[in-house]
Amino acid sequence: MTAKTERLPRTDRRSANKKSGGYLLKAGIKKWTVSIVRGLLIFGLCFMIIQPMLTRFGSSLMQEKDLYDATVVLLPRNVTLENYKIVADLTVFPQSMLNTLWTSLIVSVLQVIACTLVGYGFARYEFPLKRFWFACVVLIIVIPPQTIATPLYMNFRYFDIFGIFKTFSPKGEPLNLLSSIVPYLLMSITCMGLKDGLYIYMLRQYFNGIPKSLEEAAYVDGCSTLRTFRTIMLPDAMPTVLSCFLFSFVWQWTDLFYTRNFLKGMPIYSTELSSILTRMSRYFSADAEKAVVVPPARQQQLVAIGVLICCIPLIILYIFTQRTFVESIAMSGSKE
Amino acid sequence: MTTRRRKKEKRERWSPGDAITALLPLNENYDTMRSRNARTGVLFILPFIIGFLVFMVSPLIQSVNMSLNRVELVPGQGYALTWNNFENYKYAMGVDPYFNQYLVEESGRMAVNAIATLVLSFVIAVILNQKFRGRTAARAIFFLPVILASGVLPGVEKQLDFNMLQGVSDEIAAQSGVNISAQLQNLLSVSGIGSGVFDVLFDMIDAIYDIVMASGIQIIVFLSGLSAISPSLYEAADVEGCTAWEAFWKITFPMVSPLLLVNAIYTIIDFFMKNDNRVMEWINTQFTRARYGESTAESWIYFGVALAFIGIASFVISRVVKQYDS
Repeated sequence: MTAKTERLPRTDRRSANKKSGGYLLKAGIKKWTVSIVRGLLIFGLCFMIIQPMLTRFGSSLMQEKDLYDATVVLLPRNVTLENYKIVADLTVFPQSMLNTLWTSLIVSVLQVIACTLVGYGFARYEFPLKRFWFACVVLIIVIPPQTIATPLYMNFRYFDIFGIFKTFSPKGEPLNLLSSIVPYLLMSITCMGLKDGLYIYMLRQYFNGIPKSLEEAAYVDGCSTLRTFRTIMLPDAMPTVLSCFLFSFVWQWTDLFYTRNFLKGMPIYSTELSSILTRMSRYFSADAEKAVVVPPARQQQLVAIGVLICCIPLIILYIFTQRTFVESIAMSGSKE
Repeated sequence: MTTRRRKKEKRERWSPGDAITALLPLNENYDTMRSRNARTGVLFILPFIIGFLVFMVSPLIQSVNMSLNRVELVPGQGYALTWNNFENYKYAMGVDPYFNQYLVEESGRMAVNAIATLVLSFVIAVILNQKFRGRTAARAIFFLPVILASGVLPGVEKQLDFNMLQGVSDEIAAQSGVNISAQLQNLLSVSGIGSGVFDVLFDMIDAIYDIVMASGIQIIVFLSGLSAISPSLYEAADVEGCTAWEAFWKITFPMVSPLLLVNAIYTIIDFFMKNDNRVMEWINTQFTRARYGESTAESWIYFGVALAFIGIASFVISRVVKQYDS
């Protein structure tokens, strides 16, 4: 509230305070208290969010004996990188991460392309049943994917269009699409992937906010629909499109449900991570068939490393693109 | 403003005849500007229409079908259905030992957590909207959970707790007295204050980590609403002798309250779809045990409960909150 120029020398301030009947002092104390309480609250909550990551990192460098040492809490006494190697083995590390990277990239690019087109269509054109279709968009946000998982799974397991594949395939069986990425790509390009309803909604909100006169001017000058979309609307919407892409990428990266059901053919980091516990007990036993009970502290340490490896690329991405993330949500929310 | 907008919408509504003639060639209505625009619009949303019909409506119908029938896998062809008289639903509600229990527990937890999330995210948004040093950093950190608490990540470590550490860690915490809220709760209950309300409150305090991790998006949405309020409103109020507290209730809250509904719905959906949700986990378990009919019936019940919660929330909030026309 008070600018720096108003700051008086101490003696003057004292006399000013006296003149105001103690009001200045009271106001000053109040201001300080508020900012201290606010600082504590914000710091505490921020610390709570970040602290698990720090503990994970600390414990990831510990040797196993440090875990049982009561005097070692946060920082390792005997530093080792051995644990990372174990977790990398458990999660098929470089390969699963690479798979995650390229599948997430392709899927999110397809999702965003489809959602941008659909969002633009909803924002700009009047067509029959528009409200109905938009209600459907809201519906796909609300329906839990578990509800349709089983039939979808079956459809892709025994994929067929009017019995065409069955008649022409050598074995007389419908196609099994589950071991390929095709079904998931089909779902992404038709807006039925992970959280697509949300992206359509965000993009529609954005396009709704751009004045219509821009396009009308373009039409009057003889610009075609597609060209108007590409050269006038799209550059404007790029920040929002980009942020949808980032959301889609990040959520796809950590997604378990769709990945587990539709990307079965290859090791993907999130599925590997989710089954790390069962893998762990087999890994530590000399005999591959028998499972050994791994001590809980050790389990916790290794799982924490797995989570850490999953998060680090995302956190790096987030540090560079933090603005895009936060601002786009702010924009789509404010036009509610 | 509203009336004008409504009028405009009325004018642009489509009669069934118009809609059909606009899409079919060789008639007068086909070549009008309006029909052409409509066709372009439909082309733009075509991916969605196809996807919705193929990957949503048809599986939904099949899913309803499966939930009403006994599902048996036929090797090489798919599955066979035999009508079994709502047996799956009876199983879900009566026989399944865990489903009901988890459903009730999670719904209760959801109700408490959703309210806490809304309140907390609103308070944090109000604080983050003030000017102080490190505000950008604080915003960035509060948004971090959107990434860190998505997908597998919250589930993996919970799974660990369920498997191995269940009980043990509670025991240790109870004995060592590290858990401050438990100590406080003991103290209060000894002195006779620990009633039902306090139990709920302590549940919230214990779940504060989960709540903060679930409120990233909500904070940003509230924040956007807050930053859109014109400062001149506060100046005017200040000149009229309004205190900060009054300004909060008379200006801040009403201006942001329309966002309450969006956030409430988002919170409920988010909670119901999380991977660490036990109902969700249980349905998945049923699925992997090849109880296809039962698992779809259970997910339909679950979906119904989620819808009911969304309905209740939007009813209550729309009653409480005044809609302002901007």
